Amino acid sequence: MKFLEKYLHKMEPHFIKGGKYEKWNPLFETMATFAFTPKLVTTKGSHIRDGVDLKRTMMTVILALIPCLIFGIYNTGHWEMAVSETNRNLPYFDAMGAKFLTGLGIVMPVVIVSYGVGLGIEFLFGMIRGHSLHEGFLVSGMLIPLTMPADVPLWMVGLATAFAVIIGKEIFGGTGMNVVNIALTARAFLFFAYPTSMSGDKVWMSGLGDKMAANPESVDGFSGATALGDLASFMSDKASVAGEVVQSNVAVQSFSSEYTAWESFAGMIPGSIGETSTMACLLGALVLVLTGVGSLRIILSFFAGGFIMGLLLNAIGGNPYLDLPAYYHLIIGGFAFGAIFMATDPVTASQTANGKIIYGFLGGFLAIMIRVLNPAYPEGVFLAILFMNIMAPIIDHYIVQGNINRRLKRLKTT
Amino acid sequence: MSNTISIRKGLNIRLVGESTKEIKDIPVSNTVCLSPLDFHGLIPKLVIKEGESVQVGDVIFHDKKNERIKFVSPTSGKIKQIVRAEKRKIVQILIESDSKQTCKKFEVKKVADTSKEEVLDLLLNSGIWPSIKQRPLDIVADPSNEPKGIFISSFDSSPLAPDYSFILKEKMDQVQIGLNALNQLASGKIHLSSRKNSDFTKMQNVIHHNVDGIHPAGNIGTQIHHINPVNKGEFAWSINIQDVAAIGQLFETGCLDGKKCIAVGGSEIKHPAYYNIHSGSLLSDILKDNVVGENVRYISGNVLTGDQKSANGYIGFYHNQITVIPEGNEYKFFLTKGWLGLGFDKFSNSRLFPTFLLPKSKRFTLDTNTNGEERAFVVTGELEKVFPFDILPMHLTKAAITEDIDGMENLGIYEVAPEDFALCEYVCTTKINIQEKIRHGLDLIASECM
Repeated sequence: MKFLEKYLHKMEPHFIKGGKYEKWNPLFETMATFAFTPKLVTTKGSHIRDGVDLKRTMMTVILALIPCLIFGIYNTGHWEMAVSETNRNLPYFDAMGAKFLTGLGIVMPVVIVSYGVGLGIEFLFGMIRGHSLHEGFLVSGMLIPLTMPADVPLWMVGLATAFAVIIGKEIFGGTGMNVVNIALTARAFLFFAYPTSMSGDKVWMSGLGDKMAANPESVDGFSGATALGDLASFMSDKASVAGEVVQSNVAVQSFSSEYTAWESFAGMIPGSIGETSTMACLLGALVLVLTGVGSLRIILSFFAGGFIMGLLLNAIGGNPYLDLPAYYHLIIGGFAFGAIFMATDPVTASQTANGKIIYGFLGGFLAIMIRVLNPAYPEGVFLAILFMNIMAPIIDHYIVQGNINRRLKRLKTT
Repeated sequence: MSNTISIRKGLNIRLVGESTKEIKDIPVSNTVCLSPLDFHGLIPKLVIKEGESVQVGDVIFHDKKNERIKFVSPTSGKIKQIVRAEKRKIVQILIESDSKQTCKKFEVKKVADTSKEEVLDLLLNSGIWPSIKQRPLDIVADPSNEPKGIFISSFDSSPLAPDYSFILKEKMDQVQIGLNALNQLASGKIHLSSRKNSDFTKMQNVIHHNVDGIHPAGNIGTQIHHINPVNKGEFAWSINIQDVAAIGQLFETGCLDGKKCIAVGGSEIKHPAYYNIHSGSLLSDILKDNVVGENVRYISGNVLTGDQKSANGYIGFYHNQITVIPEGNEYKFFLTKGWLGLGFDKFSNSRLFPTFLLPKSKRFTLDTNTNGEERAFVVTGELEKVFPFDILPMHLTKAAITEDIDGMENLGIYEVAPEDFALCEYVCTTKINIQEKIRHGLDLIASECM
């Protein structure tokens, strides 16, 4: 690697202050510091520093996302094939290579657009502010595609990414300064700006929308909704067929035979690109927790909050949503993905140890509440996390105030 | 009376180059230095001129704000040079040593016959006083305050730190006399923290505390926090145990001992060992032919809190060790030695590196590379892992950065010194110089609230 080092040395004078390409310094610096840990030495304070830096931290999160990405690509490919063959019960593990390639063809453009637009804007701001790329977007750029429906138009991905990076992050000062999660900002933007492309029953399988538009009969009886979207339709379908009020437990039964717990856990169901597989998310969680990058407190309390809310709703009962077993809530609708990759974002989560537990618990609790009590938002997870992002500083405020009060009390007693 | 304090949060940084248990004598340097910069916030008022001759214990300068606090010569000889920087700021006073080492005699009595005021005057006049530091602010103690206690740590837990029970093995009597004298000064409120089974647990006239656990267990700030934390308006004093022995010697002989024993260590030292030196000695005299490479950093003090010096620098007033480690001023390819490498050579408190898998006996050679560029705070919870205080380190640091005085007061700035944040600074992903920020915060507090 000596030649590369020499080359960088040779190029460096052009990019520093007074050089030919002075303006492009942030770009050069980003490339150079990616290839080589820079020769910066400590000048003040501790003379030695821990090996860890933000690049490695962020790279670990990307590593943790790989299982979700690979599974998402395959799952997308599977449903694309299912739609084109108009066979909803297409065997899941057939023609794996072809499905993966098909999925790759659909997912990679979304990933490329997300990174391309996001990094472009980051560099622009870097050049205006005169700093190299801060690594936060490396993770956001991967999270955004994974939260998108497979059929999302690429221009929407680009627009949402631009909105999230500029309004969600850069106007607050960049990486580490944002109030709400970047990837969820992108998703929320699309959800409210283009609801028809982000919800309903046409968008979750690639190609379904086009096919329906061209020839509605060809896909008759082909439900393309997500599992949660389907749950409500089960009740209405059956009701119209039988001509009488259907017991909600019947609806739940037919739902759980359509989406078995195993299929939902493994992620073999339609949904956003990367969120369907709880199993893949848990693999990622393993990486995050083992390396200490993701907060176990948040993940566990998020799951606990969701489960307890599910149990409470079960106790009330009365319609399929309320009667859906609590554990089902944890394996569908991107719950695990949100708990593991979105809620744990350290910038927007609570920053105190006890605050993290409250934050996670309320996040999971609200996610299920929104999902069940307002079926217009079946994917309540992202709304709950965004809401908790806003609430996190208030939680922290009370934790910090508790610490301050302990100190004041000590002052009074002495 | 003794109670146990366990420190679970923290980090022992395992460096190569621990000093072997042998003490070597170094003849006094030709030039010895007393630097006002070693005392934070001090404005010196010189009382000598270049060319004047001095004895050990003669006053060189005093604190302009408080003339009772005197700073004295650690050697006898002639004032060689007064080094000034911009705006005639005094940087160093260089003293050319003679071979006689005559000392100024102070009038001393037995400690038991000495009143509190007499002890105070003796410590101030003999120039030992600056060894006593105060919390809040981590500066030389103000003798007009009444301390809530004098806190002494009999061990140092920082990387490659000297072992005081080894250094002071022969001087236990003097330590006891010194403690007795301090006991007079603080009316019985002397807190001595020791490791279990150390010789210091036998000392009398003190309140004993057993401290176990990892660094920063030996830091005086940690101990004060767990024994009797400082509130606004209170003062806690602290003094290094070796300086307690110096007080003992003063009471025994009436002479100031300008010498101290230091540990010399670090991966770039050929023969790490202990050395008897004069305070303010020249580093190159101490390290003669003992340094391996050229591209090294000389640190007066330990790697976490020490001062960077050149080979021609002088050891700092408060420092009891010298550490020499390699400079890290070279590029590291990201896959081999850099940020994405396996990193078996990196010592990390996070589990992003395999440090935690390696045996506890493995020691590391760390250089001065920052291992990354400065970033905003992103990761949370990592500072708390190495900060054994009931204080929120990141919130306090942020309050200091934003110069939020109310925030700093509320969050406990009165209890801390920059050195308490050294480990936070070490582990922090952001590479922000936290100690500098805390010092800046303390300076603000000093000017606005004290």
